[in-house]
Amino acid sequence: MSCTNGDEKARLAERQEQWQGMVDKALSRFPERKENFSTTSGIETKRLFSPADVDAIDYNEDVGFPGEFPFTRGVQPTMYRARFWTMRQYAGFGSAKQTNERYRYLLEQGQTGLSVAFDLPTQIGYDSDMELADGEVGKVGVAIDSLADMEILFDQIALDKVSTSMTINAPAAVLLAMYIAVAEKQGVSSEKLRGTIQNDVLKEYFARGTYIFPPQPSMKIITDIFSYCKDNLPNWNTISISGYHIREAGSSAVQEVAFTLADGLAYVDAAVKTGLDVDDFAKRLSFFFNVHNNFLEEIAKFRAARRLWARLMKERFGAQKASSMMMRFHTQTAGCSLTAQQPDNNVVRVTMQALAAVLGGTNSLHTNSRDEALCLPTEDSVRIALRTQQIIAHESGVADTVDPLAGSYMVESMTSEIEEKALKYINKIDDLGGVVKAIEAGFMQQEIGDSAYAYQKSIETEDQVIVGVNRFIIEEAPPENLLRIKQEMEIEQRKSLKAIKAGRDAAAVENSLKALRQVAESGDNLLPAIVVAVKTYATLGEVCGVLREIFGEYVEG
Amino acid sequence: MDKKIKVLIAKPGLDGHDRGAKVVSRALRDAGMEVIYSGIRQTPEQIVATAVQEDVDSIGLSCLSGAHNKLFPRVVNLLKEKGAGDVLVFGGGIIPDEDLQGLKDAGISEIFLPGASTEDTIEFIKNNVK
Repeated sequence: MSCTNGDEKARLAERQEQWQGMVDKALSRFPERKENFSTTSGIETKRLFSPADVDAIDYNEDVGFPGEFPFTRGVQPTMYRARFWTMRQYAGFGSAKQTNERYRYLLEQGQTGLSVAFDLPTQIGYDSDMELADGEVGKVGVAIDSLADMEILFDQIALDKVSTSMTINAPAAVLLAMYIAVAEKQGVSSEKLRGTIQNDVLKEYFARGTYIFPPQPSMKIITDIFSYCKDNLPNWNTISISGYHIREAGSSAVQEVAFTLADGLAYVDAAVKTGLDVDDFAKRLSFFFNVHNNFLEEIAKFRAARRLWARLMKERFGAQKASSMMMRFHTQTAGCSLTAQQPDNNVVRVTMQALAAVLGGTNSLHTNSRDEALCLPTEDSVRIALRTQQIIAHESGVADTVDPLAGSYMVESMTSEIEEKALKYINKIDDLGGVVKAIEAGFMQQEIGDSAYAYQKSIETEDQVIVGVNRFIIEEAPPENLLRIKQEMEIEQRKSLKAIKAGRDAAAVENSLKALRQVAESGDNLLPAIVVAVKTYATLGEVCGVLREIFGEYVEG
Repeated sequence: MDKKIKVLIAKPGLDGHDRGAKVVSRALRDAGMEVIYSGIRQTPEQIVATAVQEDVDSIGLSCLSGAHNKLFPRVVNLLKEKGAGDVLVFGGGIIPDEDLQGLKDAGISEIFLPGASTEDTIEFIKNNVK
């Protein structure tokens, strides 16, 4: 990339050799802290990177310009000079009413997008009154049983003004249908809606766990959504292909990129096989990554992911439009890096992670709160997390130029190495017969498990220092002012569900569920029937119940 | 030679965060124990049935969803009902300090919090399995 002629190269080699002599002298007097420096992906972090390390990189082919293929430097030509990334804090707890209050608080504080966290029963398609929901209602997110809860969740929030991301996978079609119905009641037509559903079921089987149906019907539901949104919600991101949870489950940075992109390829492949044209739906695919502690590796990871996706879309699927090859992604700072010890230190971790995400060109960002290794965040903690993004945006200056670390020998070299290693994994998954086969063989699970175990061992041997956990420990009083979800919330939620069920038109509910069953059996697109059903206040559990009967349930192998 | 200690690591409830459960399973195995990992989304009934069938010495429960106050005591109570009240039950996860005493009173012998080392868990089991 930088040494253009033979003379310069020769001089560089000579100079480097001289320098090596100096290094050897220094080493004999001051040995380095470690024998090997490497990232969690097993990429060697060399003592020094020089033009020789980027010699094989062709600037025009491999790096290029922002907004142009292969998008290494970002997806928009001017990036944050035009508009900052979307500041989108993932939030949801207890009842729809409590969560609505938090959303309105966040919007008042300058947040620019909403992100809904649902409780586990909602994510797995159970109503709050079902036995398996016992103890879980409203705990890790908001409890949504029917359209009535969704109406409260978005009360006084104009859905034509805000974009909403929903972390919902197996029942994504149902929650999207409820969102469409709430918007309609607000007088907002579905083509105006902006937002994202996660809708990425593949990673649920190997990294996150909120699957319902087996892979085949799951893929069918996902492609139904692609197809429905193409015609009805043109501004909606139909999927958020997620590496975040893969990383949280313990993967390395390279594995995160590889397994996420492998999932993405599987979705594109499935959609193309149903007859959709790649250029008709690919621009609505979005991605979601983690940002962990290793600052430079993370920046390189984002750049590598964008480049690799662009190339794969072009080479494998013959995508023609630039927007089909453009990887747009949301980033969340690494929940698994937060410590319960000295929780205020987490503010510093989150700041550095967020900065890496911004330097990596993220399109949207969630910053974790300092107390999240202990509980759901308090309002104070969430505000600091949001302020962290605002400080990076408005005060640090890093958003004023596009992709400022491009051309760094280290970052460019690392970008290429991550791309190369991730592609090797993707080819390996191809050899195994694709993602579903690889999941069945336990391939990703094994790889992630190995990385997680190695990381834990490195902490226990203090090879990896975690401040406040294995070094720099202090005696601490138990933390105070934590957010707790009261047990009564579950009882209240069940009561209101009972009232909804008593007050609705029972015949309309029954008919809509019957119609849904017929559609599910016929193989037609499920979405229109689901939209009709949720409008009758059929519950999430009832709708998913019908689909469970037709499609069966996935059982972990 | 001592009989191998047999441990069931289990995930009660709907929580899918099993990184910790898997890491602990592996560490216990490396420490010479026989370990069964239940997989995610197990009911207390399923966990206790496995424990009784496999005749385990100890059960480690992992929960990061906040449902521990309901789920952990239920496992202990079911064990007692099945005549397996001598099984050593411990837990781990995101568990607020204020819940610790209640869980101990309910028969959970020890709770390992974020940042705990696998060595602590290994020591605890070795010292407390009868």
